[in-house]
Amino acid sequence: MNATAESYVTEDGRTIGAPVMEMKNITLKFGGITALSNISFDIREGEIRAIIGPNGAGKSSMLNVINGFYHPQEGEIWFHGEKRKPMKPYQIARQGIARTFQNIALFKGMSTLDNIMTGRLTHMKTNLFWQAIWKGPAEREESENRDIVEHVIDFLEIQAIRKTPVGRLPYGLQKRVELGRALAAQPKLLLLDEPMAGMNVEEKEDMSRFILDVNDEFGTTIALIEHDMGVVMDISDRVVVLDYGKKIGDGTPDEVRNNQDVIDAYLGVAHD
Amino acid sequence: MSLTFLYTIEVIANGLMTGVMYSLVALGFVLIFKASGVFNYAQGVMALFAAMTLVGLQNGQVPFAHLINTMFGTHLDKFPWQVPTFLAILMALGVMIGFAFLVERYILRHLINQDPIILFMATIGLAYFMEGFGDLMWGSEIKKLDVGLPQGGNVWLESATEGWAEGFYGFYIDNLDMWATGIAVALVASLIAFSNYTKTGRALRAVADDNQAALSVGISLRSIWVIVWSLAGFVALVAGIMWGAKSGVQFSLSLIALKALPVLMLGGFTSIPGAIVGGMIIGVGEKLFEFSIGPYIGGATENWFAYVLALIFLVFRPQGLFGEKIIERV
Repeated sequence: MNATAESYVTEDGRTIGAPVMEMKNITLKFGGITALSNISFDIREGEIRAIIGPNGAGKSSMLNVINGFYHPQEGEIWFHGEKRKPMKPYQIARQGIARTFQNIALFKGMSTLDNIMTGRLTHMKTNLFWQAIWKGPAEREESENRDIVEHVIDFLEIQAIRKTPVGRLPYGLQKRVELGRALAAQPKLLLLDEPMAGMNVEEKEDMSRFILDVNDEFGTTIALIEHDMGVVMDISDRVVVLDYGKKIGDGTPDEVRNNQDVIDAYLGVAHD
Repeated sequence: MSLTFLYTIEVIANGLMTGVMYSLVALGFVLIFKASGVFNYAQGVMALFAAMTLVGLQNGQVPFAHLINTMFGTHLDKFPWQVPTFLAILMALGVMIGFAFLVERYILRHLINQDPIILFMATIGLAYFMEGFGDLMWGSEIKKLDVGLPQGGNVWLESATEGWAEGFYGFYIDNLDMWATGIAVALVASLIAFSNYTKTGRALRAVADDNQAALSVGISLRSIWVIVWSLAGFVALVAGIMWGAKSGVQFSLSLIALKALPVLMLGGFTSIPGAIVGGMIIGVGEKLFEFSIGPYIGGATENWFAYVLALIFLVFRPQGLFGEKIIERV
């Protein structure tokens, strides 16, 4: 990998472009606790970027900073070559950043279809008047977006549960529906917070396949947090390693695997 | 057919229609409770305020006339014009929507992430404020509201059913009640359709379900709150018109909110169909009880029947008929 090049082609033939998002010297504090300290890294267009680290390393905080739930005290966030002003999470979502959550945050009372339809909200523009009479633009918009959602449903192979309220679905499927909701937004950047947490081997394989397919078919840029090292090393192009809120490694899976600091952080190091 | 049987049917029919009127008030509570978890104590006063505004506009009353006269020694009373009913209804709706904006701007926005009880207290304050503000704006005397709906017993039905039994004078059903029922049913049907088949409806349900997830898909909570309070204002206006036409626009109108409470306990705080069915059960229940048992225990059972029924429900099914079951993991 060449970090300075504008774009390059991976071994499996995908093109990785210029940075979509750049985090520059991000510091996030909660009172006296420093959750993230002076962290910089970038996410390139079309790549799968993993953020890993032991428990409490600040991975989820990092994702929450990108998505706007947390506002860092210091540092800059650049998105598509522009410095981002402090924004509300819903404004960031409208900019094209979608996410999933570690502890599934679906709309439990709503059907799979309706949940995924909410992912289209940022793309739907008709005003309340047309919606109220449900004719003309509103009807057309509804069916156009419905087509996209049906495509996502086919892609994730969840046709059978379209009408089921998601609260009744098993855990693995809920995770998949949540991915569907994020995908429906056709995001420029997709954030996945532990997409495979709590899954069995089979479900993990399915999910890995979906993540790779999403990246491959739609060219979606993905940043993900994951605990399962095997999975991370298999699917990601580059990996950032955090420990106690500091960045201790950044590079391809091979580079990270051989980084002494990373090995120490994961296996512990003898203090002598 | 026996006389008692026919009377029972009449009682049930009247009960159903009264029940729908209760549902209309309960509906406003459910809308706001679902979307923001706030029990809006001011819902009844909102209905009163909406009805007062409507009457004031219809009569061409000068808002704050009394206040202005006292301060400046003028003798304002009425504008030289009267606003046609339809236009006045639209304007009253506009006022309620403006009110929703103000509630979001000056109350909800400052109470984000507070406990529900804090928000509840805020709505109590809001209720008293609106009550006083309404009086100041339109005067506190009892007003007659006429929006052109027919009133009094339905003659056709009465004559058509007369003589069905020995000594039966025909069903007495109030025209206004029938209209109110029809309008309430149409209102509920369109609300349900709106929330199921439009993007804003979907956003409303999403916010009701999970705030954080709603933010992450690009829903602005503030605009949803404005929409929900506007909808509740709209429902309050409809309820205000119906109850106002029935019993005059006066302070006691705001107390119908108290009748909505047992309806909510029966139907569940989070269910729109629940509000409807709950209202009907209470309407029919209290009328039937009064009709059949009332005479033996001295009558006036309608005053307490609903509350006792709600109390029984609280013991055996606290989430109501349609409410979401509250399960807490330990």
